[in-house]
Amino acid sequence: MYGFEAMTFNIHGGYLEAIVRGHRAGLLTAADYNNLCQCETLDDIKMHLSATEYGPYLQNEPSPLHTTTIVEKCTLKLVDEYKHMLCQATEPLSTFLEYITYGHMIDNVVLIVTGTLHERDVQELLEKCHPLGMFDSIATLAVAQNMRELYRLVLVDTPLAPYFSECITSEYLDDMNIEIMRNTLYKAYLEDFYKFCQKLGGATAEIMSDLLAFEADRRAVNITINSIGTELTRDDRRKLYSNFGLLYPYGHEELAVCEDIDQVRGAMEKYPPYQSIFSKLSYGESQMLDKAFYEEEVKRLCLAFEQQFHYGVFFAYMRLREQEIRNLMWISECVAQNQKSRVHDSVVFIF
Amino acid sequence: MGDSRGGCCPPMDLFRSEPMQLVQLIIPMESARLTVAYLGDLGLLQFKDLNSEKSPFQRTYAGQIKKCGEMARTLRFFKEQMLKAGLSPSATSVAQTDIDVDDLEVKLGELEAELIEMNANGEKLQRSYNELVEYKIVLKKAGDFFPSAQQSATAQRREMESNQMGEESIETPLLQEQETSTDLSKQVKLGFITGLVPRGKSMVFERILFRATRGNLFLKQVPIEAPVTDPVSGEKMEKNVFTVFYSGERAKNKILKICDAFGANRYPFSEDRGKQAVMISEVSGKISDLKSTIDAGKLHQDHLLRTIGDQFEQWNLKVKKEKLIHHTLNMLSLDVTKKCLVAEAWSPVFAKKQIQEALQRASVDSNSQVGAILQVLHTRELPPTYFRTNKFTAAFQEIVDAYGVAKYQEANPGVYTIVTFPFLFAVMFGDWGHGICLLLATLILIVREKKLSSQKLGDITEMTFGGRYVILMMSLFSIYAGFVYNECFSVALDLFGPSAYACRDLSCRDAYSIGLIKVRNTYPFGVDPAWHGSRTELPFLNSLKMKMSILLGVAQMNLGIILSYCNATFFGNCLNIWFQFIPQMIFLNSLFGYLSLLIILKWFTGSQADLYHIMIYMFLSPTDELGDNQLFQGQKTVQHVLLLLALVSVPWMLLPKPFLLKRQHENRQRGQSCTPVQVTDDTLHSEANHSHGHGHGHEEFEFGEVFVHQLIHTIEFVLGAVSNTASYLRLWALSLAHSQLSIVFYEKVLLLAWGYDNIVILVVGIIIFIFATVGVLLIMETLSAFLHALRLHWVEFQNKFYEGDGYKFYSFSFALIHDEGD
Repeated sequence: MYGFEAMTFNIHGGYLEAIVRGHRAGLLTAADYNNLCQCETLDDIKMHLSATEYGPYLQNEPSPLHTTTIVEKCTLKLVDEYKHMLCQATEPLSTFLEYITYGHMIDNVVLIVTGTLHERDVQELLEKCHPLGMFDSIATLAVAQNMRELYRLVLVDTPLAPYFSECITSEYLDDMNIEIMRNTLYKAYLEDFYKFCQKLGGATAEIMSDLLAFEADRRAVNITINSIGTELTRDDRRKLYSNFGLLYPYGHEELAVCEDIDQVRGAMEKYPPYQSIFSKLSYGESQMLDKAFYEEEVKRLCLAFEQQFHYGVFFAYMRLREQEIRNLMWISECVAQNQKSRVHDSVVFIF
Repeated sequence: MGDSRGGCCPPMDLFRSEPMQLVQLIIPMESARLTVAYLGDLGLLQFKDLNSEKSPFQRTYAGQIKKCGEMARTLRFFKEQMLKAGLSPSATSVAQTDIDVDDLEVKLGELEAELIEMNANGEKLQRSYNELVEYKIVLKKAGDFFPSAQQSATAQRREMESNQMGEESIETPLLQEQETSTDLSKQVKLGFITGLVPRGKSMVFERILFRATRGNLFLKQVPIEAPVTDPVSGEKMEKNVFTVFYSGERAKNKILKICDAFGANRYPFSEDRGKQAVMISEVSGKISDLKSTIDAGKLHQDHLLRTIGDQFEQWNLKVKKEKLIHHTLNMLSLDVTKKCLVAEAWSPVFAKKQIQEALQRASVDSNSQVGAILQVLHTRELPPTYFRTNKFTAAFQEIVDAYGVAKYQEANPGVYTIVTFPFLFAVMFGDWGHGICLLLATLILIVREKKLSSQKLGDITEMTFGGRYVILMMSLFSIYAGFVYNECFSVALDLFGPSAYACRDLSCRDAYSIGLIKVRNTYPFGVDPAWHGSRTELPFLNSLKMKMSILLGVAQMNLGIILSYCNATFFGNCLNIWFQFIPQMIFLNSLFGYLSLLIILKWFTGSQADLYHIMIYMFLSPTDELGDNQLFQGQKTVQHVLLLLALVSVPWMLLPKPFLLKRQHENRQRGQSCTPVQVTDDTLHSEANHSHGHGHGHEEFEFGEVFVHQLIHTIEFVLGAVSNTASYLRLWALSLAHSQLSIVFYEKVLLLAWGYDNIVILVVGIIIFIFATVGVLLIMETLSAFLHALRLHWVEFQNKFYEGDGYKFYSFSFALIHDEGD
């Protein structure tokens, strides 16, 4: 269904859409990546980045750089941009923007809980959290001993609370539990986000449903591959898949019973959009799958910019920047560890 | 090309851009840095990037640039520190012997290390100081409310206990480790924690605590009035003093963790009042001790920063220069032997001697055995355009450059713009009262020039300041035009003697022009004040201004076409003279030149002829009798001749040029040029395009394309002659609008308020009048007249001759460092 977005969208969303498109123009290009890949030291990377939009964020860093500093500063830029947009946004765009960060929130919760389980220092863990997924009482997570406490103490105040209703048990937390919790939360989050976008209607619904469906399907595949050979039952596995997306429902049935990577491949190749992804991989290989999925995602995200008057561009921009930061991290790591031959393994060109 | 300078026009510095040459410098490696530094001081070279295919860090001097970047970072760090300490780098830095870059790097590094260490020490002290301050506050505040809080906590707990006894079923496992409620004295022994929590988080803090202990605690918070400095972050924030009473070890652990999570600083506290007093005095003593230590450290740091501040500007400049030098060095290509660098650069011809001197100086100063070599290269590439402007002409040149930078050595309209631009502006803005206001405003800018140019201005002020001399000229010309129009804030004054007209008798008080007779000589300068306010004022002024606009327009367009002749002779392009300049001249002047002539004739003879009628019927029915509209003898014959000339000149413009170009091309193809090769615009253009791949004489020639091009040009000129002349009528329209607007403000505001004989209304009226005059007439009207004058120059004037497809000469110069801010 199309509303008349072209008529009214710009009243509230026009300024921010212009901003986000301006930001997009600052994404690194293939030429930048080529130059970055030729860098010999991290200082070279800094020098190259100083000519890009990252310049002001990196210029005051003293010279022996670390990969973490580069990534931290680049993320800081993204966060600054996000905060600026959030400040300017009105409903329902502000809610939409907030939805984008819930994924990071889930990751942060899981990170802290796992970290406390392995008795790591809370401050250290907090530094590792993604700044977009921070909330006030996040440090308090360390106090909780089981899911129920987790919920009642901390999460009830956060936007994640409704997603938790499915996984409240009084079991003590262990690695397996946490991973299931993460995926359950993610499932609920994606479904909620999907529903929210459908409610917005128009081009936003159309484009976001495509992007979210891809996300859901990718998670489904990852869950399947990661759970092969674990004690997760088929039913439990089935429960972790989001209830929408291209694979829903028949693809899920097939994925739920897969026992090795080739079966996953068999199930997925029935879906034309994913056929091309799997056709790039040789049989029995799952290493390159992540990259293939990322590449496909980047392609789809870039396409979101082709249409105007919808919120998908914000989602797409945030995701593209995150991908760019991942790229930078990988390149920096390769340069720092003198593994330049592997630079191209995981870099996904955006343009 | 440079030899043929002159031609029709006297040599003027601004009329043609400086002759340029491409020079090659071969600089020995050891003296390269110094040479480039000297050339930067000179600022007359534009280096070409010979390594454009290399990325920044693959170039020879990437390391040095990185070093400079690092030094710049250190300097920024110093600046930040100085700002924090409330010091500003002194502008007049101590003149010091030239410091070597490597030494500077070492020195900066040392200073930075020292400063960082000092900061770290200071921070540690500051932190403990802040902690103590907080502690003191906690002690004081908590001491006030502690006893009462403890009592109520105990009371609450008892109550809860008794409640629990009643409802055993509730799953509250928290108090299990407590002994049974029989031993009351033991139960009352509550643990407590005191500390500070940021006020923004206090609500959440309380809630989480409540949830974590299932309500089994007592929390008391008291806000602190003044914000305190947080020891961890060092920022001032508002905080609450809190005391939590709890029971049991597990609750304590939880509360401690939550406190950590919320950044709540905990401090030990004693229940005993006596002990509290002791602690307070102890803490106060420590605070004063620390205070003096911190002050001493601060003093030391201030001293260090001050020494840095003295030389900061000098260092900053040095680092920037160094960075620029290495950027330039990176553009040079390395010789095969790796012993010298090869540079290619554009430079004005006159600078050759200065450059050679600089090179010599550099090789002497760097003790190099071999001097740098300078040789002139010959190239077909179009050199950059370089005008030597001063602060007066620069702004006018900017007006031209905004449209397009002149092609190398083509006639520069900037020369004429200096006068014509303010003049056309003034025609639209003619009011000497307003002109004087504008003059005063711009005089302020000019008088304070030195001060203003050194400081950073806002966007709009910057623009006004940059164009101050343009505005000066505009205001002078509008004062002149105001006298011609005889308008001062729309009031006509008889400054140049009494009006030439007077009433026939006493009855004509309304000053209708019909009722007036000429009693004296014509009013000596400008419009007679008697016209003002008369019924025929508007028709008279309209006719005057309209005719004047056409005269001005035709004159300026003729100038444009003459400039195209200057270009053609300068570039030795006969085709353009014979088949462009001459027919264009004939066409324009046979129609609109004739109209101008008629206008002048009509003014002189005072004839009543209808000029519209003459012009229109000159085309529609040239054979008709002119009747009343005859202005001079033989007018009809003249008109016939002119009409014929105009008709002939159109195919003259259109047809011969493409065919001649084609023949020239064919001649060249055969390799036996009958005439010396004429470098026409088109061939020059195509050569510039193909200079890389093709040699001479291989350029493509598409007859169809050239013909269509010529067709478009011809149509554009013929139509343009009409529409451009009409376009000059905007001079009249804007001038009319300006005078009518000022009349409205004067009569409907000022005179109306005057009529009321009430001081308040008068004051209000004057205020409104001033605001309207400044806001609408002085600012908005200036802008709109400026824009229209701009358009007349860019479109009507410059399209007659100006190509404007050159590129600017950007010299490598240290002088520019000062201009650019951070």
